Amino acid sequence: MSAQVPSVKGGIGQSILRKEDGRFVRGKGSYIDDFKLPGMLYLDIARSPYAHAKITAIRTDKALKVPGVLAVITGKDLEAAGLAWMPTLMSDKQMVLPTDTVMYQAQEVVGVVADSRYAAADGAAAVEVDYEPLPVVTDPFKAIAPGAPVIRTDRKEASNHIWHWETGDRAGTDRAFAAAPVSVAQDLYIPRIHVSSMETCGCIAQMDPVSGRFTIWMTTQAPHAIRTVFALVTGLPEQNIRVISPDIGGGFGGKVPVYPGYVLASVASIKTGRPVKWIEDRSENLQADSFARDYHIHAEVAAERDGTVTALRVKTLADHGYTDAAANPSKFPAGLFHIITGSYPFAQAFVEVDAAYTNKPPGGIAYRCSFRVTEAVYTIERMMDILAHRLRVDPAELRLKNFIPPEAFPYRSALGWTYDSGNYGAALAKAMEIIDYAGLRREQAEKRRKGELMGIGISSFTEIVGAGPSATFDILGIKMFDSAEVRIHPTGKVLARFGTKSQGQGHETTYAQILAEELGIPADDIRVEEGDTDTAPYGLGTYASRSTPTAGAAAAIAARKIREKGRRIAAHLLEVSPDDVEWKDFAFRVKGVPTKSKTMQEVAFAAYTNHPPGVEAGLEAVDYYDPPNMTYPFGSYICVVDIDKETGQVKVRRFVAVDDCGTIINPMIVDGQIHGGLTMGFAPALLEEIQYDENGNIHGGSFMDYLVPTAVETPNWETAKTVTPSPHHPLGAKGVGESATVGAPPAIVNAVVDALQPYGVEHIDIPIHPWKVWQILHAKGAPTP
Amino acid sequence: MATSARPVAPAASLTSAGGPTSRIQVTVNGRSVVAEVEPRTLLVHFLREVLGLTGTHIGCDTSHCGACTVHLDGKPVKSCTVLAVQVSGREVRTVEGLEVDGKLSPVQEAFVEAHGLQCGFCTPGMMMTATALLARNPNPTDAETRDAIRGNLCRCTGYVNIVKAIQLAGKKMQSASSAPGGKP
Amino acid sequence: MIPPQFEYYAPSSVDEAVALLRRFDGEAKVLAGGHSLIPLMKLRLAEPKALVDINRIPNLAYLREEDGYLRIGATTRTGDLLDSALLRKSYPILTDAAQEIADPLVRNLGTVGGNVCHGDPGNDLPACILALGAVLAVTGPTGPREIPAAEFYRDTFVTALEPTEILTEVRIPKARSHQGNAYQKIEKRVGDFAIAGAAANLVVDGAGRIETAGLALTGVGPTVVPATAAAAALVGEVLSETHLANAARLAEAATDPSGDLRGPVAYKRAMAGVLVRRALERALARAKGGS
Ligand SMILES: Cc1cc2nc3c(=O)[nH]c(=O)nc-3n(C[C@H](O)[C@H](O)[C@H](O)COP(=O)(O)OP(=O)(O)OC[C@H]3O[C@@H](n4cnc5c(N)ncnc54)[C@H](O)[C@@H]3O)c2cc1C
Ligand code: FES
Ligand code: FES
Repeated sequence: MSAQVPSVKGGIGQSILRKEDGRFVRGKGSYIDDFKLPGMLYLDIARSPYAHAKITAIRTDKALKVPGVLAVITGKDLEAAGLAWMPTLMSDKQMVLPTDTVMYQAQEVVGVVADSRYAAADGAAAVEVDYEPLPVVTDPFKAIAPGAPVIRTDRKEASNHIWHWETGDRAGTDRAFAAAPVSVAQDLYIPRIHVSSMETCGCIAQMDPVSGRFTIWMTTQAPHAIRTVFALVTGLPEQNIRVISPDIGGGFGGKVPVYPGYVLASVASIKTGRPVKWIEDRSENLQADSFARDYHIHAEVAAERDGTVTALRVKTLADHGYTDAAANPSKFPAGLFHIITGSYPFAQAFVEVDAAYTNKPPGGIAYRCSFRVTEAVYTIERMMDILAHRLRVDPAELRLKNFIPPEAFPYRSALGWTYDSGNYGAALAKAMEIIDYAGLRREQAEKRRKGELMGIGISSFTEIVGAGPSATFDILGIKMFDSAEVRIHPTGKVLARFGTKSQGQGHETTYAQILAEELGIPADDIRVEEGDTDTAPYGLGTYASRSTPTAGAAAAIAARKIREKGRRIAAHLLEVSPDDVEWKDFAFRVKGVPTKSKTMQEVAFAAYTNHPPGVEAGLEAVDYYDPPNMTYPFGSYICVVDIDKETGQVKVRRFVAVDDCGTIINPMIVDGQIHGGLTMGFAPALLEEIQYDENGNIHGGSFMDYLVPTAVETPNWETAKTVTPSPHHPLGAKGVGESATVGAPPAIVNAVVDALQPYGVEHIDIPIHPWKVWQILHAKGAPTP
Repeated sequence: MATSARPVAPAASLTSAGGPTSRIQVTVNGRSVVAEVEPRTLLVHFLREVLGLTGTHIGCDTSHCGACTVHLDGKPVKSCTVLAVQVSGREVRTVEGLEVDGKLSPVQEAFVEAHGLQCGFCTPGMMMTATALLARNPNPTDAETRDAIRGNLCRCTGYVNIVKAIQLAGKKMQSASSAPGGKP
Repeated sequence: MIPPQFEYYAPSSVDEAVALLRRFDGEAKVLAGGHSLIPLMKLRLAEPKALVDINRIPNLAYLREEDGYLRIGATTRTGDLLDSALLRKSYPILTDAAQEIADPLVRNLGTVGGNVCHGDPGNDLPACILALGAVLAVTGPTGPREIPAAEFYRDTFVTALEPTEILTEVRIPKARSHQGNAYQKIEKRVGDFAIAGAAANLVVDGAGRIETAGLALTGVGPTVVPATAAAAALVGEVLSETHLANAARLAEAATDPSGDLRGPVAYKRAMAGVLVRRALERALARAKGGS
């Protein structure tokens, strides 16, 4: 008989079912639009049809005559209250409503408040605004060229150039390139995309005119930070502000920023003394909420003749729209873009980024990824394939040859990051085995002889998540720790609250599992709460895969603090000295006499009924966890595509994803996160894109042409794991929610480009629409020998 | 048989004073309701705001996402693209009508067991489509399942587990109906 | 997005419906499945004074062969086309097309009449009814009349239908033996409107020689594009690679696509050719008894 490993019900590593699902499958989730308060009013917003124009007149009399309309709010009204502009996280400023100039199409211009949703819509439609069009700049290269019309005339600098940032050794990198026998270069454009969580943004703002208490229910991934920002911007005392983030229908980064609608609803509530609801339409969400990406990248890789990479040089122009409102809590203006050396030990690297204003809504939020990591991973993983192509070596071989070896961890990259742990070769080898890489290459050779187009693409990404160490990360000075507050009730049941906020990731389950494992209490007996700033401990919220690395760690450490106190109570009950008691196999046990023991439940009861002298009653702990380092999840993905030569349509036949996120808390949830992440990597590779024409008109601003993948195109994802724990995380866990979004796009593009190798193709910008493939095939006519 | 008509207050949160209204009678989840609505009232708003059935969600404004899916006379439709006046005299079933006597339907159970949901926003609509699919075809293939839910977008799950959940629900329904005491 | 206010009528006969349309003198719209009209109203791109809901008119939803025609009632749902064994066997082009329209939820309400009348060049049924040589039965203030499908489409969202007329039935000549047809469509994402689509209908004689041919295209012009020259060139021929290539070339020449997010002009035009070829091959296989 094999010895049974002791375990607790619902502990770490178990695929328990999710606690949150009971309400969701009954249609009893509480999303923002499900709330209805007595006397509640509705806000709708009239928006600009122009991308850049002077407002010459605003007429609201017709809107005010619409039955049910109670008030309108214009930029001038806000200006009087000092609220026409608000600060962004990047020390820039953003309009709540324009006082004189609109700077992007669909910009908010007038707020209309009515006693019903329909009346508010009618009121918004009745608002009349006169505009005098101004010259529009949508191309960031043109924006920073001399003579371009200046968009932000409110700034001292008469230029659309926002900032320049560089890191690495420029001279050393240049020398390495000069000395390199081989180098490759490529321009890559990563277009604007939008997170499009299925629930749009919204809020209900309620100012109680009597108590001065301001409560806002809002779709936010970071309720505590929002409370502080509200306090700083409005001057309201922070104890009078309560932010409640109810069930959230997906966030992915899009629910980090403060949008004008939230502020308008708040102002409307202050103005009317009644609760005011604002719910965005999908088109408003796509056209005016913050965007991701929009990076124009020029990348170069230098290598030895045998393929050993030596240096990386990257120059990027970032299109931030009319303001730099990136949701980026790092000290680096381009976020974590300098993770761009990826899984390879580049001795030299240099990265520079310039940022430009254009007549577009603010860009620079995440799309299910840490700040600019996707752009970085896409670049390096494309460049590795381009190098392999140039050297005519197999892309798997080139990667295996170059990977940072497992014994090199912790590894310090040329651009200054210290990778915690990794075993890149193992992940790639596993993916190759699952998909039968050698067999696929044989099949491909066969197909090529017949003139059929099949491609195999690899991506061996290294992510950087879990912001973050307070030395390099903060939001307006607030450090990026996160928190857990754990209370054990007399009957041994647990209430635990966190500073993060789930948007579907399953925190109620995962955190309970961590606590179950650490406290020896079944996960079913643990209740997890988040999202109410009146009750939860302060935290910076959920994005950038930071919840498990930070709040998950805080849970473990808070539980260990409880255990420490529990040991003293257990010693009292067992009538031994605390030093003779240890926590082992989910109980407090007398050292050497493991059968003499007390459970956490027994200790909890005693903590309220029979606590030892000199020990406080109660059993609870709080932890604010400031991580010593980021975590660096990684993985290797392999994608197989078939291309219809006549139509250019790409079909993903297979996609194998081997991920390594360290210790796995709930395998079922982790797999679900990866499936979702892969789909959000697939989407921008093949379908999603927001374009602007020269006049600043948006194309792709509704679900009619912003093509979110359906079940039909989405591949049947195949997943597997390797486990390389993080050495610095208390549980060895790394973040996982975004790895796949980051890792998938280059695998897909590499596969398509690989399929087109007979035509001498080195790169195609995403999204790879059928017409782009067709144009290449059409132009090249026949394969080049 | 519909139960006795339950009058409902005018759609105060939807209509503004003064607009012309029509009287409608609809059977929702087996209960007959009577209400005065503006002709332009969308069914989804009628369900959510007048009847308080907020399980039916709104995810878009162009009839693409399926978050609003309900059954109209047994067939799944997008309730954001139907006027409440159009369904007068007809039967509507929402996610709130899936659970019977406090017991989750096989589809609801399977979505939990196969991890077919994450944020839960698409889930009610997805389950309504799944329920209708399984009523016609209790044993759908992967391709049939994916095709059936092509009008329901999910941003979180990547669909793999939704497909599994639907197929699992089909199996549950079949074994329930072949079990002794089950429906023939 | 909330539609503007309107008056709502649910007449119980075609005559009553026509009378209502007359009363509003062009400012009322017929409401069928609502899956083109309601989205437009939500965007406030259509602001009719009144809607005349024809869904409560009895006997407008049917699908049967009678008096030499396949007759499809205007309020037949596009989803019902997919369920019909008769169509699968004798008019598979309609099964093909129905499968390509939007998604099952939309098809549960969207009607054949609405798909035909809307006049969007992206609608999939117009090309099919053109290829099949259908006739549209409409009723207006002066009574019923027939409009050949080939004369129905004038421009984007503009048809031969008067604002006071209602389409009641689509009449498709009854399938003959050795008839085969098919619809081919490519799209950027499933359920999207076509990048391009091609409908082909062939009748062959015992020797495989083409007796009649109908071809029309979706999504490659301001309205559905009849590929008349391409079809005419096939008549009397036994389909060969040369004929297919020729038909594709003539069909491409008939197109007048506009470039947009679905692709540039040259691509759409080329796709029309590719799809005509595929549709013809499929139609021919079916005419010869394949599926
Ligand atoms: C998400 C989505 C995707 C779609 N994708 C596709 C697609 O891929 N292919 C495709 O073909 N369609 C597609 N459609 C459109 C759909 O097929 C519509 O149902 C169809 O275009 C209109 O039919 P309806 O019955 O809904 O008409 P309605 O919306 O009710 O009416 C459309 C127009 O036709 C008029 N009309 C309707 N019936 C009659 C009649 N009997 N007599 C006179 N006038 C009439 C109306 O007044 C109105 O002007 C899509 C729709 C949606 C919402
Ligand atoms: S809300 Fe998106 S389809 Fe109805
Ligand atoms: S579970 Fe979030 S959209 Fe489907």
